Amino acid sequence: MPATYRFLAEFAQSWGLVYFVTIFMIVVAYALWPSNKAKFDEASRMPLRED
Amino acid sequence: MTLGEAGTALAFGLLAFLSLLIAAKAHTSEYAFHAYLFAAGSIAAVFAIIDRYYNRPAIKAPLTIDGKPNYNMGPIKFATVAAMFWGIAGFTVGLWAALELAFPVLNFDLPWISFGRIRPLHTSAVIFAFGGNVLIATSFYVVQRTCRARLAGDLAPWFVVLGYNFFIVIAGTGYLLGITQSKEYAEPEWYADLWLTIVWVVYFLVFLATIMRRSEPHIYVANWFYIAFILTIAVLHLGNNATIPVSIFSPKSYIVWSGVQDAMVQWWYGHNAVGFFLTAGFLAIMYYFIPKRVERPVYSYRLSIIHFWALIFLYIWAGPHHLHYTALPDWAQTLGMTFSVMLWMPSWGGMINGLMTLSGAWDKLRTDPVLRMMVVSVAFYGMSTFEGPLMSIKAVNSLSHYTDWTIGHVHSGALGWVAFVSFGAVYCLVPWLWNRKGLYSLKLVNWHFWISTIGIVLYISAMWVSGILQGLMWRAYTNLGFLEYSFIETVEAMHPFYVIRALGGALFLAGSCLMVFNLWMTVRSGGTEISTQSEPSLVPAE
Repeated sequence: MPATYRFLAEFAQSWGLVYFVTIFMIVVAYALWPSNKAKFDEASRMPLRED
Repeated sequence: MTLGEAGTALAFGLLAFLSLLIAAKAHTSEYAFHAYLFAAGSIAAVFAIIDRYYNRPAIKAPLTIDGKPNYNMGPIKFATVAAMFWGIAGFTVGLWAALELAFPVLNFDLPWISFGRIRPLHTSAVIFAFGGNVLIATSFYVVQRTCRARLAGDLAPWFVVLGYNFFIVIAGTGYLLGITQSKEYAEPEWYADLWLTIVWVVYFLVFLATIMRRSEPHIYVANWFYIAFILTIAVLHLGNNATIPVSIFSPKSYIVWSGVQDAMVQWWYGHNAVGFFLTAGFLAIMYYFIPKRVERPVYSYRLSIIHFWALIFLYIWAGPHHLHYTALPDWAQTLGMTFSVMLWMPSWGGMINGLMTLSGAWDKLRTDPVLRMMVVSVAFYGMSTFEGPLMSIKAVNSLSHYTDWTIGHVHSGALGWVAFVSFGAVYCLVPWLWNRKGLYSLKLVNWHFWISTIGIVLYISAMWVSGILQGLMWRAYTNLGFLEYSFIETVEAMHPFYVIRALGGALFLAGSCLMVFNLWMTVRSGGTEISTQSEPSLVPAE
């Protein structure tokens, strides 16, 4: 049991951290990527357009 | 008759038969009562489907009329009315519960209205009945408008709103009759849970199918929050209600998890009910209704994307902070605390995004009380998402846990954030849905805003003082090492704060009664046509 705990704790503290940081970097890159700007500007006006 | 209509009618017929069978052999009379309710509801559903079949036009409602989407607003109207009805009911029961705490004689020694039974009635009525109907109404509205597509499904949207409200009736009457599985915010027993699962899956499918019909390339951020809310609630509901009934004829069931694992699953559920039901869903409201009311796009769409992903990735881990200093392993408690503290960042990112949407239009706050209500709600969101991480820190939690501080924190979030943003959204929604020019009276909205705000302030400040006082009294020792106060002395010390809290609750209820009157007059006297939305006057789809 302690061995299982140590394995899980080490896994969470290493690969878990890598996983979260990677996901976060991808999200930030996607959000800030210059070529996405036009698309996001367009999307942000969606509620305001009338039909 | 379409296959959907015939199949649904047949399924309800079978459910009615099964319910009558269970009612006949039920172990308790309370359970038999619920089985009869299921039977009556099912038979009513069969009749409604047949009646609708004879009265509807032969062809299906068109998806577009003159090139404009033919929106389906009927189920949204129903959910909006239901939200206001349950809101008043839930606030009233809350006030009664507060009065019982201040003056225990008010339970009149009746088991049905004892505090232990009306407390879950209050929490479920305000969170799931009021909040849930607001979320269903706004999500069905927002997804149609931002996708420019008619709501998917023919009977399905009606099944979602009616089925959900039937669940509320089963849950609420169950609490009063003493049927509970004693899990906070998940009190309904196995059969109600099964019913909710079916309704919720249909809700998710209707929402997704509408998004797939969209004529816009992008899925607007509010819809992302709604999807996260619906999907996560489904997963949480299944995980926390993995129970085995004693018998199909008994309301009682036992959970498959045991001991501290059960406690952990419960708070994984419980905290994410806060995170995904009371936060993600209402953030979707913020991202649609505030830009709409200010007539400006959201401050930063990029920030909203980061806000979304950061919020959902962090929230799911925060549950263990409800179990500090318990049998839960220390590392799990620390993990819950750490993620709770990190949550401060996306929460405030979202708050800033909502507030800054007003930049350049702050003057509207002076003239538009509906907008003021929504902006104050976002400010309360910021305040309670600062207080929450603070309270999750173990050292703070050792003082705050099990005290009224928690109740104060919950209500600054529930009254200040959830209820106010819902009120704002419903004030916008009613004139749009019923094609009215505007609200009956903005002056009454202003009264509602101030009365309720004063109510909230009285409520939360009374609970802060009482909670910290309680926490300090519990841990006070004499110089001989004995506890300084007996428990009953701490209860006596709470009395004045309980009275102030009840007063705050009464003001909040009074404000929402003004709202109901205002909305009623809007629908009744609004005259005809031409809302600010310039909504095309379409043939009703049903």
